[in-house]
Amino acid sequence: MDAFTTLTGVVVPIDRSNVDTDAIIPKQFLKSINRAGFGPNLFDEWRYLDKGAPDKPNDGRPVNPDFVLNQPRYRHAEILLARENFGCGSSREHAPWALVDFGIRAIIAPSFADIFYGNAAKNGLLLVTLSAAEVDQFFADCKATAGYQLTVDLAAQRVVSPNGESFSFEYSAGLKHRMLNGLDDIGITLQRAEVIRDYEIRRQVEAPWLFSDV
Amino acid sequence: MQPRTLYDKLWDSHLVEAYEDGSALIYIDRHIAHEVTTPQAFEGLHLAGRKLWRTATTVAVSDHNVPTKDVHDVRDPVAKLQLETLARNCREHKITHFDVGDIRQGIVHVTGPEQGWSLPGMTIVCGDSHTATNGALGAWAFGIGTSEVEHVMATQCLVLRKAKNMRIEVNGRLPLGVTAKDLILAIIGRIGTAGATGHTMEYVGEAISALSMEERLTVCNMSIEAGGRAGLIAVDETTLRYIEGRPYAPKGALWTRAADAWRELRSDPGAAFDTTVIFDAASILPQITWGTSPEMVLPVTGNVPNPAQETDETRRIGLENALKYMALKPGTPLTDIAIDKVFIGSCTNSRIEDLRAAAAVIRGRQLAKNIKLALVVPGSGLIKRQAEQEGLDKIFQAAGFEWREPGCSMCLGMNPDQLEFGERCASTSNRNFEGRQGHGGRTHLVSPAMAAAAGIAGHFVDVRGF
Ligand code: SF4
Repeated sequence: MDAFTTLTGVVVPIDRSNVDTDAIIPKQFLKSINRAGFGPNLFDEWRYLDKGAPDKPNDGRPVNPDFVLNQPRYRHAEILLARENFGCGSSREHAPWALVDFGIRAIIAPSFADIFYGNAAKNGLLLVTLSAAEVDQFFADCKATAGYQLTVDLAAQRVVSPNGESFSFEYSAGLKHRMLNGLDDIGITLQRAEVIRDYEIRRQVEAPWLFSDV
Repeated sequence: MQPRTLYDKLWDSHLVEAYEDGSALIYIDRHIAHEVTTPQAFEGLHLAGRKLWRTATTVAVSDHNVPTKDVHDVRDPVAKLQLETLARNCREHKITHFDVGDIRQGIVHVTGPEQGWSLPGMTIVCGDSHTATNGALGAWAFGIGTSEVEHVMATQCLVLRKAKNMRIEVNGRLPLGVTAKDLILAIIGRIGTAGATGHTMEYVGEAISALSMEERLTVCNMSIEAGGRAGLIAVDETTLRYIEGRPYAPKGALWTRAADAWRELRSDPGAAFDTTVIFDAASILPQITWGTSPEMVLPVTGNVPNPAQETDETRRIGLENALKYMALKPGTPLTDIAIDKVFIGSCTNSRIEDLRAAAAVIRGRQLAKNIKLALVVPGSGLIKRQAEQEGLDKIFQAAGFEWREPGCSMCLGMNPDQLEFGERCASTSNRNFEGRQGHGGRTHLVSPAMAAAAGIAGHFVDVRGF
């Protein structure tokens, strides 16, 4: 995965709570056996007026002019601003894949759904939790200012607004280390192989039925 | 020792090692794979030259893309490749796989408990959020993303943080005609779709103990719709009776030992919960969702809400969006809402008791004229066979329902079973998100009996006294 350090980018506001992963990437695109290529169909049902399909080119499809992502000022957005419980619903990791493939590298919201939170971190997508009031302020500023940008600094754990105001956020030390360095989770865990084997030996005595491999 | 919750016990017994930042390495006993969320994980293993840590802990079943008319007739080449990819990966790694055409094939969360793949006290994962279903067996079961699937296959572990404990206490008994589905919808209606975020839910109380195993699976299934990654129910004799004799359950002396250990799988008296919510089962009525989130739910006696009465602006906009998408007017009685399609199926409500409940409502009756399609999709091949032995298929077909092959089907419409634009469906599934059952489709979540009754009446009705 790509490391995440500091990012200054255009902010796109998605003013809805409970944005679910079905909306982020509709099911018909989950048939792909690849990790890449989901970006063009991010928020497909909101971006287009007709139904998209994995084998259908997006050129020439009727675009929904009301959806923010279609407005030219947000075309190159890298930071997404959202409301409560972003990423709820299905566990599909295709949701962070699609966001990252589109170019989104950080999401700021008052809260995120649990599974989405874990999936995002695994793909270098930084989720920043700020208070509802702070997020509200960003929504107002973002709508008022064309080309509104924020800076997200993971090492310092803060978001900085164009006028220099700084907002700190919490982030787990372990995840931060992995994100900052773009580390491979599996490689890290495999370094603990012996501890895992010790656990298995202990556990096999306690609960042998879990080891009668069928 | 401090009194512990059931979740605390499951956490402790799977703790490999704890880290300073509050995360921990947790051992995973069972990984259940399906075709949609695993190809990229297997590919990751291949690219890194890694093998499965313990092959026998992973089992697989095809479900999401499977056509329900003729299971072998997969016309969509992209879906076909995904199904073939799972079969190929399982062959290569020698993983047990129930492929299309195998009578044991079914929806991943139905097959797990049915086969005894899922057992009490286990940690169970699957690349699917409704893995929470298995928590009904007293197992810690939760959905994971594809990177985590790869991590489990390579290391048998996950790096996790402990969730908080949430206790959902349901006192009294559910009234006649009110089902486990209505109970869980009422719970979600009260606490909201983010109500249990960051928590592992445990369902307790007289009403929960009185539920059959199948009903418990329905309740735990929708924990994720309440924001909970996992939902648990303590082990009791109902649990043990359900598991004994399942193909993958322990046998003989091992069974006795396991059953003794499993009886301890409940929260200790006095164990501390971070959050407790109390419900009175007797006051719950049959439920119907009217909006585009499972928390947008009301008793069948209710009316479509009026956004003008909502003072919080974000919530008001949410209500307005939902009503617009659902094409509903504020104040409309829910029983005036006419439907186009009926879907009885999904990992929430496709087990034999669900099919029996629906069949009991429609026996000797006919689908209403305005119903374009009514589907019954059993949760597995074995359930389908049992239902046919009981003659349920004949009851459904005589009423005009289509009797299909097992799979996820119109729960999310990855196969050809979908709503057309603007169609309205009474569905026993678990999600009413925009476009979930088909682009522009409108979903109302209900119990199997309520769905069946709506099919007969052509609009929603109160199944009590129908
Ligand atoms: S039936 Fe629906 S919710 Fe259940 S696993 Fe299949 S698609 Fe997911």
